[in-house]
Parts: sequence; C-alpha cells; structure tokens
Amino acid sequence: MSFGIQTAAYIAASVLFILALGGLSNQEKAKRAVWYGIVGMAIAVFATILGPQVSISALLIVVLLIGAGIGVVVAQRVEMTGMPQLVAALHSFVGLAAVFIGLNSDITAHGFPTHAEQVIHEVEVFLGVFIGAVTFTGSIIAYGKLASRITGKALILPGRHIWNIMMVGVSFLLLLAYMNGVGSWTLYLMTLLAFVLGAHLVMAIGGADMPVVVSMLNSYSGWAAAATGFLLGNDLLIVTGALVGSSGAILSYIMCRAMNRHFLSVILGGFGGASGPAAEIEGEQIAIDAEGVAAALNDADSVVIIPGYGMAVAQAQQSVSELTRKLRAAGKQVRFAIHPVAGRLPGHMNVLLAEAKVPYDIVLEMDEINEDFPSTDVAIVIGSNDIVNPAAQEDPNSPIAGMPVLECWKAKQVFVSKRGQGTGYSGIENPLFYKENTRMFYGDAKASIDSLLPLIN
Amino acid sequence: MKIGAPKEIFEGEARVAMTPDSAVQLQKLGHDCVIEAGAGAAAGFSDAAYKAAGVEVVKTAAALWKAAEVVIKVRPPSETEAKRLVKGQTLISFFWPGQNEKLMELAKGKGANVIAMDMVPRISRAQKMDALSSMANIAGYRAVIEAGNNFGRFFTGQVTAAGKVPPAKVLVVGAGVAGLAAIGTSTSLGAITYAFDVRPEVAEQIESMGAEFVYLDFEEAAQDGAATGGYAAPSSPEFREKQLEKFRELAPEMDIVITTALIPGRDAPKLWTKDMVEAMKPGSVIVDLAAERGGNCDLTVPDEKIVTDNGVTIVGYTDFPSRMAAQASTLYSNNVRHMLSDLTPDKDGKIDHDMEDDVIRGATATFEGEITFPPPPPKVQAIAAQKKKPAAKELTREEKMAEEAAAFRKSTTSQVTLLAIGALLILVVGAYAPASFMQHFIVFVLSVFIGFQVIWGVSHSLHTPLMAVTNAISGIIILGALLQIGDSGWIVKILATISVLIATINIVGGFMVTRRMLQMFQKS
Repeated sequence: MSFGIQTAAYIAASVLFILALGGLSNQEKAKRAVWYGIVGMAIAVFATILGPQVSISALLIVVLLIGAGIGVVVAQRVEMTGMPQLVAALHSFVGLAAVFIGLNSDITAHGFPTHAEQVIHEVEVFLGVFIGAVTFTGSIIAYGKLASRITGKALILPGRHIWNIMMVGVSFLLLLAYMNGVGSWTLYLMTLLAFVLGAHLVMAIGGADMPVVVSMLNSYSGWAAAATGFLLGNDLLIVTGALVGSSGAILSYIMCRAMNRHFLSVILGGFGGASGPAAEIEGEQIAIDAEGVAAALNDADSVVIIPGYGMAVAQAQQSVSELTRKLRAAGKQVRFAIHPVAGRLPGHMNVLLAEAKVPYDIVLEMDEINEDFPSTDVAIVIGSNDIVNPAAQEDPNSPIAGMPVLECWKAKQVFVSKRGQGTGYSGIENPLFYKENTRMFYGDAKASIDSLLPLIN
Repeated sequence: MKIGAPKEIFEGEARVAMTPDSAVQLQKLGHDCVIEAGAGAAAGFSDAAYKAAGVEVVKTAAALWKAAEVVIKVRPPSETEAKRLVKGQTLISFFWPGQNEKLMELAKGKGANVIAMDMVPRISRAQKMDALSSMANIAGYRAVIEAGNNFGRFFTGQVTAAGKVPPAKVLVVGAGVAGLAAIGTSTSLGAITYAFDVRPEVAEQIESMGAEFVYLDFEEAAQDGAATGGYAAPSSPEFREKQLEKFRELAPEMDIVITTALIPGRDAPKLWTKDMVEAMKPGSVIVDLAAERGGNCDLTVPDEKIVTDNGVTIVGYTDFPSRMAAQASTLYSNNVRHMLSDLTPDKDGKIDHDMEDDVIRGATATFEGEITFPPPPPKVQAIAAQKKKPAAKELTREEKMAEEAAAFRKSTTSQVTLLAIGALLILVVGAYAPASFMQHFIVFVLSVFIGFQVIWGVSHSLHTPLMAVTNAISGIIILGALLQIGDSGWIVKILATISVLIATINIVGGFMVTRRMLQMFQKS
C-alpha cells in the first residue's frame, strides 16, 4: 500500500472518529456512531499493517488475536456497576503503551538532519513518556479506589503540594539534562518520578471526586496519544489524541461545575475545609417502614427517584426498575432525576438504569427536573447524599455551599433509602434527613425496594 | 400497662381519645387497652368495633378509672374525675394547666402524673403529638363549612343559563394552622380568598394555599414569629390602627369573614369591630374561631349563632372539632398514640416517663407529687430565626440591556485575550520549531477545536459511553507500537509487542463495552 493511500485511509479514519464522538448527542444516533468508530479503527489499523513501514509477521497476528480475545472477554464479563473500574483500567493501558513507545523511540532514534528537529524529538519523547507514566499509575490507583482494593479516602501527606512541585521540577531538570546528551538514564529516572507523581496525585483525591479523576485520566490518555503522534510524525495519532484529550477535559470541566468546585482544587486533592461552623441542624431523623412508603406511593400521582452511588453498591437497579414498572402500570408518572456527579463515573447512573431496562426518556437531568419538585408527590432518594443536600443552598459555611443540588426536599414527601444514620462520602451532615417531610427508610437499598414491591398495587 | 379511655362527660363533647385503630397501634407498643362502654358512640365507633380491635370494654367510668394505669382523655378532667386519680396513675388529656390551677393542685395531691396535650412544645420532633394543631386544622375546615351552611350563595362563581353568580369573597384573619386550613378549604370550594396575618413571613404560606395576602403599608420592624415559638405577639397601637383601617376598607366587599387571631395567654384581640359588621352586606357570615377567648369580633356570643339587625350571621361556636367527632377523634387519638410511643421507647409496654426529654418534660404538668408547670423553655427553637434577605432589585429594561452588553463585552475581552495569548505562544513555537513540526501542530490545534465543539453536544446521559468510546479510540496508540514492532532490537520488539497487546485489549474491549451499553438504552 502506497504512502498516499495510507494517508487517505488515515483521513477517513479521522472523519469517522469525529462522527463517532459527535453521534453521542442522542441515544439512537449513538448506536450508529459506535460503528463509525469501529470501522474507523479497523481502517486505521489495517492501513498501518499493510503500509510500507510494517512487515506482517506471525507474532503480530498472534498478539493482535490474543489482545482482541482478552478485550472481548473483559467487555462481556464486566458488570455495569463495575464500569468505572474498567474505564480506569483501560486508561492505564494507554498510558503504559505511551511510555513503552516513548522509550522505544529513544532507543531507535538516530541521525537528525537539524539540531532543531533533534530538540523537538527529545522534548516529544520526554513529554510523551511523562504524560503516559502519570496516566498509567494514576489510572491504576483510580482503579484500585473504584474497585475498593485500596481505601477511597483521600491520602493527605504533609507538604504534598511541595512534593508534587518538586517532582515536576526535577523532571524538568532531567529534560534539560537529557537534551544536552547526558544519557538515557535521565529519561528512565523521569519515568519513575512520573509513576510516583501519578500515583500520589490520585491517592490524594477522595472517592466523591472520582468522576472528575476518571475523566481527567481519560483526557491524559488522549494527550499521551497525541504526544506519541508528534513523536512518530503520525497525524492520525495527533488528531485522535487531541479529540480524546479535549473530550476528557470537557467532561472534567462539566463535573467540576456540577460540584461548584474549581478544577484545580479537585486535582490537587483533599476536600476543602469548612469556612466556618456548619449550621446547626434541628429536628430528628424519622424512620418509616415499607408499609408506610408503599402507602404513600400508592397514593401518589407523580414520583421522582433520585439514585446515587448507594444504588450501584447495593446492585438495586433491577429492583428499582421493577418498582418503576409497577408504578407506571398503575398509571403514575415516574421519573428519574440524575445529578451530573451521581455515581463514580460521568453518566454512571444512566448506564445502570439502562441496564435495568428503565426507558431513557423518563431519566432526566438535574436542570430538566429541578423545577418540577414542588409539584411532585413523592421523591425517593436511593443511596445518594451530597447531591440532595440542602446545605449547599442554605448554609454558606457548608463545604459544598453553592454546589447545584437536586431540590428534592420541595416534593410533598421525601423518602430516603439509606443503610443507616451517618454522613455521606464527604462527611457532611445532610439537613434533608431532618426535614419535616422526610422519612428515613433504613436498610440495604435492594432489600428495601424489594420489600416495597409486593405492597404496590 | 393498661391504657383506658373513659367516656367524655363534658356537655356536648362527642370526641373520644381512643379509636379502634389507635388501640391496635397501642397494643403493638405492648400495652393493653380498655374503654368505657359507649365512649366512642358519639364519634361513630361502636363497642363492637373496639372489641374487634382487642380492646376490653368496661361498663362504668369508675371501673375504668380503677383498671387503667394510664387514662387518656380529650377534655380536662372534671373535679369528680380528678378525684378518681390515684398515686402513680398517668393522665393524658388537654389540661390547660395555666388556667386550671385548682385541678393541677388536686392532681398533685393525688400523686398522679399529668401530661397536658396542650403543652406539647412546638418543635419539629413533637409535631406528631401536636393535638392543638390537629384540632385547629379541623376547626379551620369546619369554620368554612359552617359559614357555607349559613351563607345563602355559592362559593364559586358560575355562569349558568339562569344567570351569572358572582364568586364569594372570603377573608381569613390570622393564618395559623386553623387559618391556613380555612384558606385551603375556602379556595378549594372556589371562593376568592384573602388572608391577613401580623407575621409577614406567613405571606408565602398564604399564597401557596391559593389566597391573596392582604398587605399593610406599614413601616415597622416586622414581627418575627420565630421569637415566640411560631405564634403571634401583640402589636403596637399604630399597627393595630392601620390594620383596622384596612379591615374597614375590606368589610363591605367581604361575604364571609373567618377570624382565627389568638395570642397565647391573652384574650383574643378585637379585630372586627361593630362598625365593620354594620358595613357588611346582609346575608354575610362571620365565623369567629376565637370565640372561646372572647372572640375577635365585638358582637360574638360564645357558643351561639346570632343574626345582627343588618342581617349578618355571626357564628361563635367553640366546639368545632367536636362537631366533626369522627375526624377529630382519629387525629387526636393518633396524637395521643404518638405521645405514648415516645413514653414507651422500648415498645415493651413499660412507660418510661423521661423528664430529660424536651417534649415529655414540656407537656408534663404534675409529676410524682410535684407541680412541674411551667416547664423550662425547650432547648430547640421552634422555627429558625428569619434571615434578613436583601430584596432583589427590579431592573429596568435599560439596566438589563446595559448589564447584558457589559457581560458580552466582558466575554469578548476574555475571548480575545485568550486568542491573543494563544497566537503569541504559537508564534513563539513557530519561530523555533521546524516546518514539519508546524504542520503537525496545525492538525493538533484544529483537532482540539473540533473535539471541544463536538463534545459539548454530547448528551449528559451518554457520558459513560463517551468515556468508553474515547477510551477505545485512544487505543489508536497501537499505530505507534505497530511501527516499532518490526525493529531489530529485542528490547524495542518486546516493549512494542506488549504495547500492541494492551492497545488491542483497549480497542476491542472499549468498543464492545460501548456497544453493550448503548444497546441497553431503550425508549419507553
């Protein structure tokens, strides 16, 4: 295959990738768009394999087949509640591949026509490896946190900002040394430093901020691919990397805005301390049993369900779907309200509900449903806490003050399904639980919803 | 413990403190229930219904007072009843300890513990036991029904073949529980409803019930209901004058006036004076819910319905809840039941009269031979103090336009600045970097732009599939590894092979899982 045809194939692949991302604007188009992505990827890979620079070997075919086989198995086995871990794990692969390709490029590099090109190449190698390494360990730590292999609590080392800055600074010095021909060991040392930096950065971020971290790592993996593209002079890599990178950056921005936090404060980790004493909460949490909730549901005309990470943990989405089906069959309006940062991955709740066959047109975003709460009879909060915390609006001293929240307390009645008393991930008291129209429905979310099902008629 | 409800002996009292339903709940707490024969008859609960609910029915009041360790009642006990109390017995009823000192002395002498339902503090936790509110709710509803009964016209306006009927105009004075209930009932019957209260913070509640709040043009520090536990406090003479002036202005228009204004521990304020009654149209109705405390209207005669010379009916009944005995008994017995469930924290049928508990302490009038009235103020304030809100300034059209223009200028400035900085940076890069790099750089910058434009359109609910698909296509890094795999050096070969392997997992896994997810999204 000639170089010209290969380039043409790359152009086609770029266009298909853009269409694949753009098609995600709606659920029906998305099903078609993912095929654009698959076809684009196939074109790109085949054009490269058949191209002049690559000779087809048995090893190559075997490796491709093994990789594809593992990919298929992983994709079919993964539970929808395990999506965040999977996404994080896959990010780490991109990071690691970027590191390897960068190191290889350092080994094979020789003979540059001009000094400027050599400098550019060295910077590219360094940058590609650095981003790749940070992505790799960061994603592994994120995976560990999301899969509960390591504690989700933020690890706050003393002077952690200093450590981070020092690591970046030393890496920069190593870059200067590397460019002055000190030797490849500078590159390897920097790789190790970047590994530590990536791990440390993500260790310092608490579980509730995970959606931001995952989308940020997504962005990094894109930049790593783009850097590799520069390194190899491959435009398709650059285009794709830039698309993925900007996509992840936008997602991170959306998540941060949904939490009313500054991107930097999320990335630098640790939850901002309260700026004053939190407002005293009055009243008590009043418990209710399944009969009480079922009676209220039977009387209600409109119901809004607000799922959170707790629903994913309890694997309650099927029960929730069944409850929805029964309520809808009884002629009631049932809708879901999804906060942008509910769950541990952007859009996590939507995927879980879709898995449980909840029709997507009754699953609404925060902005679409917030003003409907006053006319809602019953709001059911399942395993979410901070995203329904009225303190965000009422208490200027609250750590989450100003964060947009679902105003479920404006509904006539609110039921909160929760494992027990106690604060949510961020450790903030939730005045919602003490409101007069709130009743606490204690117990495992799945068991609680299941106990409701026979009582709905 | 044995809980007994005697028949109410007060003249005309139809309520009863225990219903078959509440008895079932009480038994769940581990108590036994007894009731005097015929106690529920006036409220529509037969002895048979009680028996079916597992309640023991005793023939006489004397036997009941003897059998029950806890006596629950509606009205305060009469002297005869109070004399039946024995040491250690608990009485739960309305008691009005402030006005019934003699009765309290008597109970103290007998060594009985008295819990006054009217003394339950007004805090959120105690709302379920707030019998005054439940009774006020009924009174408010009934007041509108009584008014309708005595009012010769429709509430709602109608245009019929036989002619047009104007809607009734109803004024509710005092928007406490009773007032709000009256507003709700009146608006749902279709009347045009106005409401007034000295506490401006209730304006929102009034409007939420569908009535119009009557504003007074008066410059005075507004009353803050929070300071007085949610009740109204007396107002200054100037304020009162202004208020009466407003009422005088409204009187000729109003068809029905329902007054519910009460200040705790005082006689009812006179708000509807004789001249206002005279100004009203014949056939109009005034229902005075404050009649028991002297009435808000000058002409009210407690417990009676009178018609004035100009044909205005003034209803001064004081027994509205009792007129709806079935409803009132249900709510009251539930209030009592909640009180008992707080008194039986372990649900084992044993009463734990916990004087440390704010609610129980507040309601207790006598305890173990001591008078415990008045209680210390509750630790929890009933209502959060009103925060002073600065009124949002209404912007004129010009101001709004100016604001928008300023915002636009600001965004233009920031955008232009960003562009300038970006251009500068690229210029710096271009000055030093070789041409081949700049070509790739163009591609990079444009791709970032396309990425930004495209991703903004992605639906919120598809963010997880977006991440999965971007993940898959970032596996494009495989191209780099493919180019290196043919290298002769073995380190390069191994690293490239591993890279190809993991990038393939990434690509295939990412696309497969995206497809799986998207398949699940179903339309209803």
